[in-house]
Amino acid sequence: MRSIRQPSVLPGFALTFGFTTFFLSTIVLIPLAALVLMTASMHWHEFLHVVLSPRALGSYRLSFGASMLAATINLVFGFIIAWTLVRYEFPGRKLIDALIDMPFALPTAVSGIALTSVFAENGWIGSYLHTLGIKVAYTWVGVTVALTLIGLPFAVRSVQPALLEVQRDLEDAAETLGAGWFYVFRRIILPTVLPALLTGFTLAFARAVGEYGSVIFIAGNLPMKTEITPLLIVIRLEEFDYKGAAALGFVMLVISFVVLLTINLLQAWGRRRIVAVSH
Amino acid sequence: MAAGTHALGLEDLDTRPGRDTIVSSLVRWSFIGVSLAFLAALLFAPLATVFVMALQHGLRAYFHSFSDPDTTAAIRLTLLTALVVVPINTVFGLAASWAIAKFEFKGKSFLITMIDLPLAVSPVISGMMYVLLFGLHGWFGAWLQEHDISIIFAVPGIMLATMFVTFPYVARELIPLMQQVGNDEEEAAMTLGAGAWITFFRVTLPKVRWGLVYGVILCNARAMGEFGAVSVVSGHIRGLTNTMPLHIEILYNEYNFVGAFAVASLLTLLALLTLIVKTLVERTGYRRR
Repeated sequence: MRSIRQPSVLPGFALTFGFTTFFLSTIVLIPLAALVLMTASMHWHEFLHVVLSPRALGSYRLSFGASMLAATINLVFGFIIAWTLVRYEFPGRKLIDALIDMPFALPTAVSGIALTSVFAENGWIGSYLHTLGIKVAYTWVGVTVALTLIGLPFAVRSVQPALLEVQRDLEDAAETLGAGWFYVFRRIILPTVLPALLTGFTLAFARAVGEYGSVIFIAGNLPMKTEITPLLIVIRLEEFDYKGAAALGFVMLVISFVVLLTINLLQAWGRRRIVAVSH
Repeated sequence: MAAGTHALGLEDLDTRPGRDTIVSSLVRWSFIGVSLAFLAALLFAPLATVFVMALQHGLRAYFHSFSDPDTTAAIRLTLLTALVVVPINTVFGLAASWAIAKFEFKGKSFLITMIDLPLAVSPVISGMMYVLLFGLHGWFGAWLQEHDISIIFAVPGIMLATMFVTFPYVARELIPLMQQVGNDEEEAAMTLGAGAWITFFRVTLPKVRWGLVYGVILCNARAMGEFGAVSVVSGHIRGLTNTMPLHIEILYNEYNFVGAFAVASLLTLLALLTLIVKTLVERTGYRRR
């Protein structure tokens, strides 16, 4: 242990570091290795046959398409809600601020059945949309609604602290000098919050792609149409097709790894920008 | 005096350009309106519908649904799971944050990334990894069957999957907090002759207590509410391997809406309680990093 760490008077490094790495390996790393090994034990064409099957491609289209759409909706409404909470005082503001985290705390099965009953044809909102000819529950629209709810706190909580940092005297100065609101938004507000907006977008997207519980109730779960990739994995596992399930899981893992990398790069970019602005 | 300060406040408002025009108050109210409408449709309506659906046939039917032995078994299993998983992950979080925050060593940021990894993995994949290890056709499946040990479609699998998805919650609150408060006080305590455990319980723990509470309640909420990961490993055996979220699915698919939403209402109350504790912790000045 001595060789990898710098000396310190504090005790317990061997104990805590040993326990941490042991527990991390047992719970996280070995199971992950099992997934990678299971995929690696497949033939190339077997792997491609599974991950490029029409049913798999249909599930990617829905999972990634709906997640992208939901993250975009969250980008817009997350900004509006964060702006409202940061800039305006109104009755119930603190309550609403606290409730933004509800989708974090609420079990996904609960939000799934609750959203389904609200957006079903006879539901509170679904019945109005039905008279307008819009079907939400059991369609891709319903999938998008569920994924939007799941991603909302990520978007709002990313943008909120960045909005607090916008220098309001700069806005005032710009307005005094005759700048229109759009100019102020584009040249003062947007540059400050852009990294946070993109981080919120990516986090919401990453969470949405893997989401299972809240989606399966509101989606129709029809192959090629309303079947998300995580559900296809579950179906493969129920058929005891472990390799097929592992291959699909591997594809999703690679994509979430790329997304994570993007988040880290975005945050590094945001920090550089803030340093550059303050100098 | 009161009138004077009031006038000063107004004047202060007036000096901000564009704060008193009709357009600006129109903008303000449309922002508030759009925000509230969006949240009402997506968040408040579903929350309200849980209780409306649970109570649609009155209080008697609501409470009657909890007398179903499968429901009580699901509640018991969920409580048992949280009771096992949350303490283990709390001890892990304390150990990991001590090792990472108090010492300098190579590969630290890699270790932090690995600890955060479960947050980036789909719940379904989290469950699947244990099926690939311990399931019938998994790496250790045949060996486990020979020795008559069941992990998948049994309680140990549920515990493992829950442990994975809630793995980072305590650690990721404590690591940045401990890094920020520094080592000076611990070093002083040790130099003055306090033992290691005394230093930990009397010096370190009080400094990070709110972060610890924060991490533990979020860990608990996720442990009790996890659906996807547990669903894959559970096998959905009623009365035996059904947790509350899984039981909601079974009741819902049987069109037993009062039963499903009654169980859901308990989990919703748990979520509300979690948010209340979280807000109270934030009132103490604790900030997430």
